[in-house]
Amino acid sequence: MVDTGLPIRVVLAKLGLDGHDRGLKVVARMLRDAGMEVVYLGLRQTTDNIVAAVEQEDADVVGISMHNAGHLTLGPLIVKALDEAGLAVPVVIGGIVPDADLPELEAAGVAAVLGPGASVEEVVSTVRSAAGRDGST
Amino acid sequence: MEAPEPGAGSSAVAELADASRSGDRRATARLLSLVERGGDPADEVASAAHAHVGGAHVVGITGAPGSGKSTITNSLTTLLAEAGRRPAVLAVDPSSPLTGGAILGDRVRMSGASEAGVFIRSMATRGHAGGLALAVPGAVRVLDAAGFDPVVVETVGVGQVEVDVTDAADTTVVVVAPGWGDAVQANKAGLLEVADLFVVNKADRPGATDARRDLDLMLDLSTVATRPGSGRPSITMTTATEGDGIGELAAAVAGHLDLLCQGGELDRRREKRRIAEVRAHLEHLLAGAADEALATEGLLPVQASESPMMAARRLARKLLG
Repeated sequence: MVDTGLPIRVVLAKLGLDGHDRGLKVVARMLRDAGMEVVYLGLRQTTDNIVAAVEQEDADVVGISMHNAGHLTLGPLIVKALDEAGLAVPVVIGGIVPDADLPELEAAGVAAVLGPGASVEEVVSTVRSAAGRDGST
Repeated sequence: MEAPEPGAGSSAVAELADASRSGDRRATARLLSLVERGGDPADEVASAAHAHVGGAHVVGITGAPGSGKSTITNSLTTLLAEAGRRPAVLAVDPSSPLTGGAILGDRVRMSGASEAGVFIRSMATRGHAGGLALAVPGAVRVLDAAGFDPVVVETVGVGQVEVDVTDAADTTVVVVAPGWGDAVQANKAGLLEVADLFVVNKADRPGATDARRDLDLMLDLSTVATRPGSGRPSITMTTATEGDGIGELAAAVAGHLDLLCQGGELDRRREKRRIAEVRAHLEHLLAGAADEALATEGLLPVQASESPMMAARRLARKLLG
């Protein structure tokens, strides 16, 4: 009766001053409906809070939503904070990110970026593959 | 640190358990994941933790959705952490019965506690081999063995879940909000019979004193609402968003533990809890045996002419010898 494994656990948050959380709520629902467990932190989170949540929740992936043009500052910041805490957990950024910024985020260690046109399938498969769990829930 | 995979040696679990007891939060988190996963690793975790439990006061907080359980849990554990205690929170939220997924949203209200260093773990109700009745006591044991005290278990108080949680807690706090119902509802609601302590939250809202009066009336009328060895439940008025009444609640929780200790009721409750847990494990093992027998021994198909109950009895005789 050994379970095949836990569902993928995803921490979702908005970092810093950014009040646009509709997108994050939509993504939370997409991931839940794909069978994942979403630990929803919501608005105005600090890096410390996110790192603590990732550690305590034993999360597989962190999703950060950004609509305040702060991604080039905050994206690398959260990757660095997780890294310094010794947590090798991939960061996926969702929101408004110009294509020109993608190489810089990739170089900073951001696992993937999802834009406003991303389909449900794309969101789910991106999170799965970030978690290293392609083809599972 | 890598999580041991299912079937990993018990030495890996023992290492995690040692690290967890010496304050390594990641190790504690990994152990909780193993408990959630069920199966042999969960059993190893339980065995490793078993010798180190008993230090934590386990407090259940339950009540209707939106009554303010998470906010109360946040305020209470923040207060305790600032007073030098080491509280942990196990926040249980429902899974979708359709997909098995879940949105675990309790941390939204718990930023303060997180910043105060409270260990918070969210747990979904489904997806655990053996169900919540096994997963919650297992997780509480891990947090207890890790030296957290108190361990606060927060759940939505609807259906069977709150009863499971009552089984796992030393002290059960039931939260109601103004407008939750009148005295008649207070009498019929089984939830209220599991309460050691009541909280009327959102006390700044109209109807709060009515809610308190209805609870008092219910307690006046009832001879069974009081749990044995626990005295008449006190009622604390709180406005958790402002922190109002949280000091009183902390005192009520501590006072209840004293009461349990004085009368020997704590030991009786924990003994009852152990038996309930043994029963849950036994049920799980027997259910597993039944599934296995049905799948492998070709006991199916059951004849349509045979009633399901008669068929089950016939199979039970065969299984249990």
